Amino acid sequence: MSATRKAPSGPVVRPYGDTTGDGMVQVSFTLPLPHDKRAEGAALQLAAKMGMEPALLVHAKAMGPDFTFFVVYGSVTHLVDVGDVQVVEREFPLLTPKEVNAAIKKRLRRKLVVVGACIGTDAHTVGIDAILNIKGFAGEKGLEYYRELRVINLGAQVLVPELVNTAREVRADAVLVSQVVTQRDAHIHNTT
Amino acid sequence: MSPRKQPVLELDPAVVRRARSLARTAGRPVVDLARHHTTVSVERATLRLAGLSGADHENLPWVNHLVDAVRAEVGLEHGVTTPVWDALRRGEAPDLITLAQKASAGAVSFRLPTGRDATAATRAARTSVARGIRTIDRQRTARERLIRRHGDAPRTPWIYLIVATGDIHEDIPQAQQAAREGADVIAVIRSTGQSLLDFVPEGATREGYAGTYATQENFRLMRAALDESSKELGRYVRLTNYASGLCMPEIAALAGLERLDMMLNDSMYGILFRDINPIRTFVDQRFSRQVHARAGIIINTGEDNYLTTSDAVEAAHTVTVSQLLNEYFAKEAGLEDWQLGLGHAFEIDPAVPQSFRLELAHALLARQLFPKAPLKWMPPTKHMTGDVFRGYLLDGFFNLVGAMTGQSILLVGMMTEAVVTPWLSDRDLALQNVRYVLDAAGGLTEDFHPPRDGFIQTRARQVLSEAVELLEAIVADSDSAGDPPLLSAIADGTFGSMRRPPTKGKGLDGVVVKADDYDNPATTLLEDGATR
Repeated sequence: MSATRKAPSGPVVRPYGDTTGDGMVQVSFTLPLPHDKRAEGAALQLAAKMGMEPALLVHAKAMGPDFTFFVVYGSVTHLVDVGDVQVVEREFPLLTPKEVNAAIKKRLRRKLVVVGACIGTDAHTVGIDAILNIKGFAGEKGLEYYRELRVINLGAQVLVPELVNTAREVRADAVLVSQVVTQRDAHIHNTT
Repeated sequence: MSPRKQPVLELDPAVVRRARSLARTAGRPVVDLARHHTTVSVERATLRLAGLSGADHENLPWVNHLVDAVRAEVGLEHGVTTPVWDALRRGEAPDLITLAQKASAGAVSFRLPTGRDATAATRAARTSVARGIRTIDRQRTARERLIRRHGDAPRTPWIYLIVATGDIHEDIPQAQQAAREGADVIAVIRSTGQSLLDFVPEGATREGYAGTYATQENFRLMRAALDESSKELGRYVRLTNYASGLCMPEIAALAGLERLDMMLNDSMYGILFRDINPIRTFVDQRFSRQVHARAGIIINTGEDNYLTTSDAVEAAHTVTVSQLLNEYFAKEAGLEDWQLGLGHAFEIDPAVPQSFRLELAHALLARQLFPKAPLKWMPPTKHMTGDVFRGYLLDGFFNLVGAMTGQSILLVGMMTEAVVTPWLSDRDLALQNVRYVLDAAGGLTEDFHPPRDGFIQTRARQVLSEAVELLEAIVADSDSAGDPPLLSAIADGTFGSMRRPPTKGKGLDGVVVKADDYDNPATTLLEDGATR
């Protein structure tokens, strides 16, 4: 809390358990301690430091000799000023498939060519397939559904030179590269 | 594995026979094709069985050097062993590894021996390769002995857990902890990208992406650690890895030599999902399955993958078709029913009405079509969201289908699928979920008899008839090159909507048409069941 605390600009809210303003939250976590009274005290100390006051330790269970799993419920002391929340709005309008087709036809006067691939060692095509395959994802059709788009999906484990060659060959307007986010940041290495 | 005695689904035996016979019709020309080709990886696997291991200072294995050198001089169409053992007989080097080292420097001249020299070379090759085959036999006996000594998994389904840190020395304590928590089977996921390496890395590895490299030393270290765990826990803990990708035959050989217990090994996965050349895949496939058959290894097939890329209701019959093809190819290679861990998965969108009943129908169909196979039941992944509470419930229903339909191997689902790599607590909660469902409902197989013309039976019959239709379309497929119908069907995008022509794909340059005098002592020993 700084001394120059400004007045809240929007509605101020707290989490809702079963009563307005009760501030109730639930958290679960593991501590690298054997399960005993000291471990439970440590869990409550962590809850207090997270702003849960009072905190209720509702579940503690040993996982092997060295770890304990906790579930804690409690009221948080923090307030959320909704007025301070900044939302990044989309900077362009969302077009329907029909409008997209019309726009391409009018402005490009040819088909828009899209090449997609999972590059390098990556074999996880779920993401690129959701974008490209006609079936799409969660009710939104994929790009293959758009009449004015020509989609070339190269699939999994495509070598970058191969992707570049294909993109040149078909004179791609857009190249979509997919990489799963893995441990050890393999995706950063592969895309930079 | 105790299949129920009374069949639960009343499938028309004539339709089931028709499905199997179509799978045979589709598969047989592909087996013929496989018999007439060899690959660089089959040849390297043969050298590994003869005891050639190790790599140069850049980590390129000696088996690669030797196969490449022979290929450059006399070609591989006669097999790698005859020119290699001929060179040894001529005194080009005192032993295999020295020969490989000299060959890598271009200091060996290979020839194709004739007459007595040829006979002597093939005999010497057979003696050396037979030693590796006998090691595989000894490892199989050792597994049987350890299961007798420590006991087997306490019940089915076997609980299958994955470790994947990238570092074998991190994997080991995690695997041992998972075994203590109740895992019957430990799978070490491979580093992403290993499937496209045309060599097997060497030694203990500590660097991997989203998994750990499959190497002979990593296999040995993990098996030794799980042998300790088996002793501690009083039950044999099984180890799983992947015989797939460009080095499938070599990895199968290493798995046999190091006593791995299960291997992921699908007949078409590499073609469809890794864009590996279809002929390369089917040739490598057959050799690797012959090794698995000999080693007493249970294979796990990858039908779950079809359901993650296609809709699990619409594509249900593609799973059945793939299971039937996998069964045909497996049995042709000598695998027995108890070694066929055919895969399937709980991947229907939970928003679909009656999704649970559909899952039951599909799972029962697989159970009943393959009553003696240790079916592998895979958890939801595609419809798992960040809502871990809902995910936990979905995993519970997945476990319940597994219990109600008598599945054999249950891959434990994590509620944090699609969120994070599993936390310690996620694994603990997931195992509680499995244990609760199996303890509470494990006996439901006895009581659960869906009525004859009810929803479940009708759906199962429908999926089976769609599978027969698809198989009929496959065997009727053709292309201008006169390829086997299954290959032209794969080229047409019949599976997973992916078009994979036999003239394209990775690893094609490693495929060789066999000459009339082709010799491979490993294949001979595996096909004849001989030990010397």
